[in-house]
Amino acid sequence: MIAETGLAALWLAAALSLLQLLLSVGELRGAIDAGRPIRSIAIIQGALTLIAMAMLLLLFVRTDLSVALVAANSHSAKPFIYKLAGAWGNHEGSMLLWVTVLALAGAVLALATRRLSHRTLVVALGAQAALALGFYAFLLLASNPFARLDPAPLEGRGLNPLLQDPGLAFHPPTLYLGYVGLSVAFSLAVGALLTGDVDRALGRAMRPWVLGAWVLLTLGITAGSYWAYYELGWGGWWFWDPVENASLMPWLAATALLHSVNVLAARGALRAWTMMLAMIAFSMSMVGTFLVRSGILTSVHSFAVDPQRGTFILALLGLYVGAAFVLFALRTRKLKEGPPFELVSRESALVVNNLLLTVILGIVFFGTLYPLFVEALSGDKLSVGPPYFNTVAGPLALLLAALVAVGPLLAWRKERRQVFKPLAVPALIAASALVISLVAAPQIGWLPRLGLVVAAWLAPASLLPLVVRNPWRTPLATWGMAVAHLGVAVAIAGMASDAAFTKEKLAAVRPGETLSVGPWLVRFHSLAPAVGPNWTAIEAELRASRGAGVRVLKPQTRYFTDPVTETNEAAIATMPGGQLYTVIGQPDGEGRWQLRLWWKPFVALIWLGGVLIAVGGLLALIGRAVRARARARPSRGTNSWRRERYG
Amino acid sequence: MSVWLRLAPVVLLGLVIAALVWRLANPEDPTIRSRLAGKPVPEFVLPAAVPNKPALASTDLAKGEPRLLNVFASWCVPCIAEARVLDELKRRGAAIDAIAIRDRPEDVAHFLATYGDPFERIGADDNSRVQLALGSSGVPESFVVDGRGVISYQHVGPIEPGDVPAILAELEKAK
Repeated sequence: MIAETGLAALWLAAALSLLQLLLSVGELRGAIDAGRPIRSIAIIQGALTLIAMAMLLLLFVRTDLSVALVAANSHSAKPFIYKLAGAWGNHEGSMLLWVTVLALAGAVLALATRRLSHRTLVVALGAQAALALGFYAFLLLASNPFARLDPAPLEGRGLNPLLQDPGLAFHPPTLYLGYVGLSVAFSLAVGALLTGDVDRALGRAMRPWVLGAWVLLTLGITAGSYWAYYELGWGGWWFWDPVENASLMPWLAATALLHSVNVLAARGALRAWTMMLAMIAFSMSMVGTFLVRSGILTSVHSFAVDPQRGTFILALLGLYVGAAFVLFALRTRKLKEGPPFELVSRESALVVNNLLLTVILGIVFFGTLYPLFVEALSGDKLSVGPPYFNTVAGPLALLLAALVAVGPLLAWRKERRQVFKPLAVPALIAASALVISLVAAPQIGWLPRLGLVVAAWLAPASLLPLVVRNPWRTPLATWGMAVAHLGVAVAIAGMASDAAFTKEKLAAVRPGETLSVGPWLVRFHSLAPAVGPNWTAIEAELRASRGAGVRVLKPQTRYFTDPVTETNEAAIATMPGGQLYTVIGQPDGEGRWQLRLWWKPFVALIWLGGVLIAVGGLLALIGRAVRARARARPSRGTNSWRRERYG
Repeated sequence: MSVWLRLAPVVLLGLVIAALVWRLANPEDPTIRSRLAGKPVPEFVLPAAVPNKPALASTDLAKGEPRLLNVFASWCVPCIAEARVLDELKRRGAAIDAIAIRDRPEDVAHFLATYGDPFERIGADDNSRVQLALGSSGVPESFVVDGRGVISYQHVGPIEPGDVPAILAELEKAK
């Protein structure tokens, strides 16, 4: 019954989304006033998808093996949390999660949007329904998550052991929330282009969605990067793998959009460009989903390859993005120019920010798809690796980071004050960093060195917007910006330090022998078996010391039985000065084991920076929401009692 | 903005979609071109894996007729699925030898009794030495060896029912 309830809820939601689309078309044509019914329908549709998702979770929790999806992806012996994660750790479940978030976003848009032109909201809800409708069709016609198996198997097949990790259980839903949050920006852009109301109110309505989606994408990418770092056992934190790029591209577009939507909300400028970016950001989310779900590009993310499903998502992508781009081409001429601004102004700085981010996005996009183009045209196989991305996108990213120090100090429209004076302090710090790095570490590459200098420049400069006025009277949104920009500096410091100072050692050793890596002496003390809930392992005990004190690390090679797989569990010791990263590999048959050791100074700053960026975004989101409330309150006549109470 | 500039995103999208459609229509070729193809089998002499079956040495693979060399283990689950297919290959005329990796005689005997025994000779490779020399990274894996002891084809992973014609063709080609 549970599966059938879920399926029924999904069909009903699909029918409602069709109705929602038709109502919005009626409104656009001026035939009806769909304002009230369309809001209710969007909310009910969101609730129905939530029911469907809840049913799927319930099936996984109960390990109902008569459902094909559960049998293929779960196992009765699996820990509870991974039973839950199993619900979205597969194709059908993840598409259901996607459509659930899409419909819920539509419901929240209908519930919470105030002060946006009525027609634009109705048409945007129609666009959101059109997006959802395609994915309902995909689920119901081509990948039903509730399909039954008869007879039911005795035991399920389990979940890929690499995915049995608490960090990863929540990595896909976080990214999906981010991806789909951008769908609202897309729908709002489509709605505004159709009604012609591209104005400050639209910017203000779009901003919280972009901010929220961007915070989640930032967290998702940061978590994914850390997962790859400790779970794959390769010691790297970013591999420019197609699927990683698929999550980076929407983030880059959302970062650009986040800044341009501010210009639209505050000044009413950059209208056409912001609409284009809103469309690109969600398009990149769909491209990301397509790349991951179709398995089209070779990647460490070995998802099942299914050309039929790929074709379906590609058709949806072409339809939605194509229609939006055509709409853009037809409608932008009618948009009014925004208010003018001068060369030295906040607007110009944000235009430069957008240009650089868009170029970086183009570089990543081109690099990811280039092998495909080459093979299609000439038949040659090649791959584009880190050297291309690092050397082409790296310097641009550092240039952008260096300019981040300046932008927030500029005023809107025109800047006449001497704003560059306070930058003398950061400039001095950056110059000292350059001199120190040249003297103390003359051998490091130019890109890591530049990274260290830029980080030393941006970290103090990012706090200037707080320092130049009274920090306690500064709006929360400005605090958020400063924290996020500081996060950029911190992350760059971590990346540069990892690239410049990492020491690596790979050797075959017997228990009792000692290796040295960086400042550490690591003794291979012993080897022992270990057991977990659904795996067995060989566990090495390493004793690491540098001068005083001993740290014990226990890297493992785990053997899973359902399905049969081997994974490396790195053991990582985190200290204020860096991380000691250890992996145990294969035995050579003569009593020696492969040990791989890294000493990575300050590497954790990468993810600390990522978290700071997300926290900054969250502060800005809260700050904006509180302000919007405060502004909305006096206009409502009904809460006069409140005014009395507060005098 | 000129019309062309405004249509540029549509054109770009069209190009990208064309490339993706092309890829969906022409999936990547997953077969691994073995570096060992065309090279002689590395020299080895292995003891028998089970008492009632002859042992295996590299010279046994160079006796004039092409043979299929299967690298397997009793503890390997995909090998169970593959056993059926190997039986089918034997029925259709393939001569098959095997190397059992990191195994125990009683386990191998149990495996052969339960899932079928298409093998003429089985060598025991207790520390993966020969497996590594063959350039094989996992089990199961199979090699077509021609009558002169030269590897002509490598198949990574279990041989599935759909692979039978290709394997038979490779054996025919190696004659």
